[in-house]
Amino acid sequence: MPQPVGGFALKKRYSVFAIAREAARHHLGWERAWASPAPKAKYDAIIVGAGGHGLATAYYLGKNHGIRNVAILEKGWLGGGNTGRNTTIIRSNYLQDPSAAIYEKSRSLYEGLSQDLNYNVMFSPRGVMMLAQTQHEIRGYQRTAYANKLQGVDTEFISPQRVKELCPIMDIDGPRYPVLGALWQPRGGTARHDAVAWGYARACSDMGMDIIQQCEVTAIHQSQGKVTGVSTTKGEISCAKLGVVVAGHSSVLAGMAGFRLPIESLALQALVSEPIKPCMDVVVMANTVHGYMSQSDKGEMVIGGGTDGFNNYTQRGSFHHIEETVRALVETFPMISRLKMLRQWGGIVDMTGDRSPIISKTPVGNIFVNCGWGTGGFKAIPGSGWAMAELMAKGEPGPLAAEFTMDRFRAGKFIDESVAAGVAH
Amino acid sequence: MLTLTCPYCGVHADETELAPGGEAHLKRFGPGSEDEAFEDYLFKRENPKGMHFERWRHAYGCGKWFLAARCTTTLEVFGTYPAQTTEPPQEIKDKISGKRPGWTWRLFS
Repeated sequence: MPQPVGGFALKKRYSVFAIAREAARHHLGWERAWASPAPKAKYDAIIVGAGGHGLATAYYLGKNHGIRNVAILEKGWLGGGNTGRNTTIIRSNYLQDPSAAIYEKSRSLYEGLSQDLNYNVMFSPRGVMMLAQTQHEIRGYQRTAYANKLQGVDTEFISPQRVKELCPIMDIDGPRYPVLGALWQPRGGTARHDAVAWGYARACSDMGMDIIQQCEVTAIHQSQGKVTGVSTTKGEISCAKLGVVVAGHSSVLAGMAGFRLPIESLALQALVSEPIKPCMDVVVMANTVHGYMSQSDKGEMVIGGGTDGFNNYTQRGSFHHIEETVRALVETFPMISRLKMLRQWGGIVDMTGDRSPIISKTPVGNIFVNCGWGTGGFKAIPGSGWAMAELMAKGEPGPLAAEFTMDRFRAGKFIDESVAAGVAH
Repeated sequence: MLTLTCPYCGVHADETELAPGGEAHLKRFGPGSEDEAFEDYLFKRENPKGMHFERWRHAYGCGKWFLAARCTTTLEVFGTYPAQTTEPPQEIKDKISGKRPGWTWRLFS
């Protein structure tokens, strides 16, 4: 694993020839994947938050808009927040048009991301199915499948028999909630979450951007209604534009800038089992009982569920939520009942009232926010960065971000995915 | 696990017995109010990193709503009190001041 230690090294492309070359010389020639410079006094743009969304924003600022005098500030370590804490599911089967547009943009960018970044993000379009286990869910997912057809998103509603064919370890005749069908997105799947952050970081560093870790923003400065810079634990830094991409801490940063966001921060947990032989080659989400599961390339069963119910900044959740999730999944997948769980962790997710994100201008000039991805941000990383970069570069949102303003709650223009999904998603 | 004492029945209830109910001491705005006030009331909830005041219900106990003072960074509970109040009791505020000098939450401090 490349370690982020100071000093530039010669940029080398990763390729089969590089592997052969290094194999012949005891792997002594691999360079650092990204540099860790000290902050400069001034940047054209500062991104707060070096998670997937922040790094993707910086990457597309450089790639699509030619803005490369950029710093990405991170109070912890790169990709150590929700980017490193999710269940890596990628899908775009949303009901509302603005959601489908940005998530489908994101999913399609994932398809070519390894080539684009020259970094293997291990995108695996293995297919995602969302189980319908009540009559209400059947109707809901059929509606979503029709909506997706109009939006150009490739999904279909499939029968219980087809579910069983695709995922033989599932008990479709469960006593409480038999499987009545599923919304199937064959192009959905998973990717390696750390690699997404590392790949973007390496590409940003190659463009001459500064990734500054362990650098917490402590104040945001403004003059005449426009941002002028930030105070950090590594000193004062000026900037012309500021992008706040900090997920669970969005309210804290908004407070520094003097405005409020319609966000509440909750803990969401996930867990993995001991590794077992391959037994499941799709992603299954069961929203009625509220659990989702896939198998990682290492063989671990990766399991997630719902958020805790109260505000929390600790990155720890309550045990009984894990118990509920696992109980539901054991009923759907009886063969996992004897599995031992290896690790469990929590992340702080930023929830909006309509469960859709905010990519928006703010009351302060040249400060932009990208937050509110809640429990489903990983799948959106490339599309979110793409839309946020366009907003920061032009000062006005492009078509992808136009509906996701922070003012939509006042106007009543919700992008209501909480009702569409029935659960947090 | 989070444990709160129900101020009505006195039970030290753990989290599985309770239902969280969001921000406490809400001032409700409805028809006739400004859009901004209505938006604030509906969507812009307090989301502090630190002291927070929230509503809880003793769902699998006496069933009553009560309020709690809790820190969102340590999960420490500073006390619970009945819901029929417009601000936290002085003794809870003093207890918070002892450990979190200079704390503020909306208009309380």
